[in-house]
Amino acid sequence: MPSNTKGMNKTVQDLLLLENQQLNNDNFLLKLKSPVHLSGILPGQFVNVEIKSAREIFLRRPFSVLDVDYQNQTISLLVKILGRGSKKLTEITPGQKISVVFPLGKSFTFPDPGDRVLLIGGGSGVAPMLFLAKMCGLPADNVHVLLGAKTINDHINVDDYLKFGHFYYTTEDGSKGERGFVIDHPVFKEQLSKFTRIYTCGPNPMMKAIAASAKKANIICEVSLENMMACGFGVCLCCVEDTNEGHKCVCTEGPVFNVNDLKW
Amino acid sequence: MVDLGIKIHNVEFKNPVLTASGTCGFGEELSDFIDLSRLGGIVVKGTTLNHREGNPYPRMAETPSGMLNAVGLQNKGVKNFVNNIYPRIKDIDTNIIVNVNGSTIDEYIAVTEQINELDKIPAIELNISCPNVKEGGMAFGVSCPSAEAVVKAVRKVYNKTLIVKLSPNVTSIAEIAKAVEGQGADSVSLINTLLGMAIDAEKRRPVLSTVTGGLSGPAVKPIALRMVWQVYNAVKIPVIGMGGIMNATDAIEFILAGASAVQIGTAIFKDPTIPVQVIDGISSYMEKHKIGSISELIGGLQM
Ligand SMILES: Cc1cc2nc3c(=O)[nH]c(=O)nc-3n(C[C@H](O)[C@H](O)[C@H](O)COP(=O)(O)OP(=O)(O)OC[C@H]3O[C@@H](n4cnc5c(N)ncnc54)[C@H](O)[C@@H]3O)c2cc1C
Ligand SMILES: Cc1cc2nc3c(=O)[nH]c(=O)nc-3n(C[C@H](O)[C@H](O)[C@H](O)COP(=O)(O)O)c2cc1C
Ligand code: FES
Repeated sequence: MPSNTKGMNKTVQDLLLLENQQLNNDNFLLKLKSPVHLSGILPGQFVNVEIKSAREIFLRRPFSVLDVDYQNQTISLLVKILGRGSKKLTEITPGQKISVVFPLGKSFTFPDPGDRVLLIGGGSGVAPMLFLAKMCGLPADNVHVLLGAKTINDHINVDDYLKFGHFYYTTEDGSKGERGFVIDHPVFKEQLSKFTRIYTCGPNPMMKAIAASAKKANIICEVSLENMMACGFGVCLCCVEDTNEGHKCVCTEGPVFNVNDLKW
Repeated sequence: MVDLGIKIHNVEFKNPVLTASGTCGFGEELSDFIDLSRLGGIVVKGTTLNHREGNPYPRMAETPSGMLNAVGLQNKGVKNFVNNIYPRIKDIDTNIIVNVNGSTIDEYIAVTEQINELDKIPAIELNISCPNVKEGGMAFGVSCPSAEAVVKAVRKVYNKTLIVKLSPNVTSIAEIAKAVEGQGADSVSLINTLLGMAIDAEKRRPVLSTVTGGLSGPAVKPIALRMVWQVYNAVKIPVIGMGGIMNATDAIEFILAGASAVQIGTAIFKDPTIPVQVIDGISSYMEKHKIGSISELIGGLQM
């Protein structure tokens, strides 16, 4: 189990799009083949994708790594359509090349062997949670994954990851799993004290609520932030988060932060 | 082999391509992507006397063919630069130039004096054009008397190469350029960002925490080119051009308009290898057009 991210150097590469698969209404799975090895890319890290052709899309768009096949040098992304850039990205056909800057940011801190972890993903924040579930190195019984969405149609199929942990779901309308938000789920509301670490990625209000409970219960909690970025590798200082040590760059000092470092 | 070398005042550059302040960190951040020693120079992040946290998030808005930023000179202060950063970057085989900022003339002087002590910094770029700070910054660069006052004061304490970075947010940039030349500036660089604004129609709110910010990227290139050409025709000191350069052709356009050197800024965010691509592209252009030395191109616009 890799424990930290010295990893590979950052690089700009043209990756070959192998698959662009629609998973549901607005989530797509992109699988890209890299000309260079991907060793050292870890859960929590992200890539910055160039979206060509439309003039209004000037900057790259950051996406978390959903999965890496180190052997075959492929990288998977989960892209949720939010605006023009993400929409355009889901329309690119396999066989085309996409310029990607990677690997960016710091990974989650890996759990210790005896840990019992709760991974909570909302929206596109599911991506780094699935990768972490796969890579964290714990027995499946100690890995619990709670995924939240608006309705059943917004949940993606996670069959490939079920073997890495216990999965729980919430929907706001009750169409899959428990009705409500992730913090309403019994595994969170009633069993939180059984966990030694919490990891989360999703909308800020969700992560803030989780962070508050984790702090109260004195459980280590890491969150992955999605601040607006221009460069993604630490030169523009646009992506900052206000922390207890002042402004920190989410792209290089994050996107993963321990909640105790944030002013939440 | 073509000769890409240029000289600005008494500093020699192996080629006319520098990275712009605020878009390349301290250079180190680009070292995974490019061989820094290939660059003509690196202009490091704006430095102030004291630590500055900069403006609150959000500080960035994407705009058609460009972006607005409102970073507000976030930096750890000149002492940190001298003690912690300079030792790490001083031996990079390129010209490291420090972008000097202040909210008062005394602060500009204090920063300059400390940078003056550093052997491996051959030049400073005096930023009198930052649109993202409340005090000082651009205020110095938008009138001739205030620009003259700060350049005059800094000139007194600095004997190495003094580059003054000009603001495009003025009626006549040529007048400001002449004013700073008159106070002993060795070179002018332009343009800094153009004051702009973005609104989120859904939220009916400004996108940036500061409401207004600085526009950069290809959107500003025609304005920047025009200003470089006007300034080139108004002053005798060398001009360093920037604003929206994305490739070698853009850079050559600036050189033809009168720039002795160019800086690459926002393009780095899109692709950090662009500065090196621009150097290679300028070489190819010169070979193709049988131009032996880059100096033949400077101001070579045919009218
Ligand atoms: C570290 C990180 C990891 C991310 N991981 C994923 C992921 O795995 N899957 C996924 O679907 N999304 C992810 N996102 C969010 C994704 O980057 C945005 O959804 C995407 O940039 C939106 O682009 P757009 O052109 O479609 O939207 P736009 O039309 O440009 O804007 C819509 C909204 O998208 C967000 N946004 C736009 N540009 C950026 C930008 N450059 N940086 C950050 N946010 C932006 C803003 O909230 C904006 O209001 C991640 C963001 C970050 C910072
Ligand atoms: C995020 C950002 C930060 C910047 N910070 C500085 C700075 O600290 N000092 C300075 O003189 N110019 C700063 N600039 C201005 C650039 O150096 C350059 O003048 C401007 O962006 C125009 O060039 P471009 O279009 O190639 O980026 C900054 C620009 C950006 C986009
Ligand atoms: S996005 Fe440029 S510093 Fe983080």
